[in-house]
Amino acid sequence: MSHAFFYALLGVGLFTFGLYALIIHNHLLRKILALNVMGSGVFLVLVALAKRSQAADPVPHAMVITGIVVAISATALALALMLRLQAETGRAELPEESLE
Amino acid sequence: MINPTPMSEEHKQQVPLQRLLVLLLAMMAAGLGYAVLSLPPSAPGLSGWVAENLDTSGVSNPVTAVLLNFRAYDTLLEMGVLLLALLGVWSLGSIPQRHEPTPGAVLALLARLLVPLLILVAGYLLWVGAYAPGGAFQAGSVLGAAGVLLLLTGWYPDARWMGLPLRMTLVAGLAVFVVVGIVLIALGEQLLEYPPPLAAALILLVEAAATLSIGITLAALFMGGRPSAGSGR
Amino acid sequence: MWLAWQALASPDLFRAIVLFVAFGLLMAIAWVRLDAPDIALAEAAIGAGLTGALLLAALARLDSKTAAKPAPEKDDQSDAHE
Repeated sequence: MSHAFFYALLGVGLFTFGLYALIIHNHLLRKILALNVMGSGVFLVLVALAKRSQAADPVPHAMVITGIVVAISATALALALMLRLQAETGRAELPEESLE
Repeated sequence: MINPTPMSEEHKQQVPLQRLLVLLLAMMAAGLGYAVLSLPPSAPGLSGWVAENLDTSGVSNPVTAVLLNFRAYDTLLEMGVLLLALLGVWSLGSIPQRHEPTPGAVLALLARLLVPLLILVAGYLLWVGAYAPGGAFQAGSVLGAAGVLLLLTGWYPDARWMGLPLRMTLVAGLAVFVVVGIVLIALGEQLLEYPPPLAAALILLVEAAATLSIGITLAALFMGGRPSAGSGR
Repeated sequence: MWLAWQALASPDLFRAIVLFVAFGLLMAIAWVRLDAPDIALAEAAIGAGLTGALLLAALARLDSKTAAKPAPEKDDQSDAHE
């Protein structure tokens, strides 16, 4: 398996881990961490696939740089929301739901 | 299997669901992996096209060319996204009351050493982005890190810096971008289509404003709330 | 990838954040290996530095608020962790 594809599969794995953690955890901070891991996984896939060209295609690189900055803004906003939620309701977790 | 949060009795009923989730996700991962692996091992992508037009873009670093010239509109929108996120954070409340201990000796020394160095590095990255890895986002994020370091030491800007000057700097990056684009329309080109002789200068201008803006926005995001009007904290 | 799993599955939030920062640094190295130095620069500054600072600050504020309530949170971080 070539270099690029190894990283691409790694990215898929990261995305899957992140998605699992996003669904499983109740605590909002963990969800935010999981979202970031998913984002990193996607970026890894993009850049790994970009490496297939001879000269390391720069367009996905630009998209990923943009993506990183957007991800941190979203994380900052999500954290502010989480803190506000905690100020209002007293806890930073989604309520545990019973499945009836 | 991991135990994410303190378990309650209901969790015991959810274990089968958890296994189902793992199974579904494993299938999804397998599907994605298959899709990824079935791509041809070498594809030209857009790199050839970028290389051809690199001369007319005004810079020689292909990533900067893509970010600031070929896909400049995306970068413009991204400045907008940064500002929107800041607006969101600001609209959620003012700066929380933080008890500010005087910073420990290590932190104070580190901040004194690092902040000027970081500012220099940011300036260097901004300039060198034309022909080597670097550019507005990298420089801006380094500036943001310097700002965060300063904020961690308990430094808080004067009240008069927090009103209009702060907002002007925040908006400057996006504003310069938009103004450049509109001026270009007035000159007869499309939005953000730089004429080749002017391209390098325009890119540097936009990048400089963007770096400042990105740095300030990132530091402001760290502050976590709207700065209060009137006196300091 | 092991780092990501540890970061996401760690029972202690502080540890999770620290592992996440380490994960970000590892990503920065991965970007260099993938011929993406620009991304490495951006990721090193943002992913490792800013995100870590943001998350730790949020955690500190979370703790200072839940300390006032008799919640069963078992984090015992002090504010020195900011």
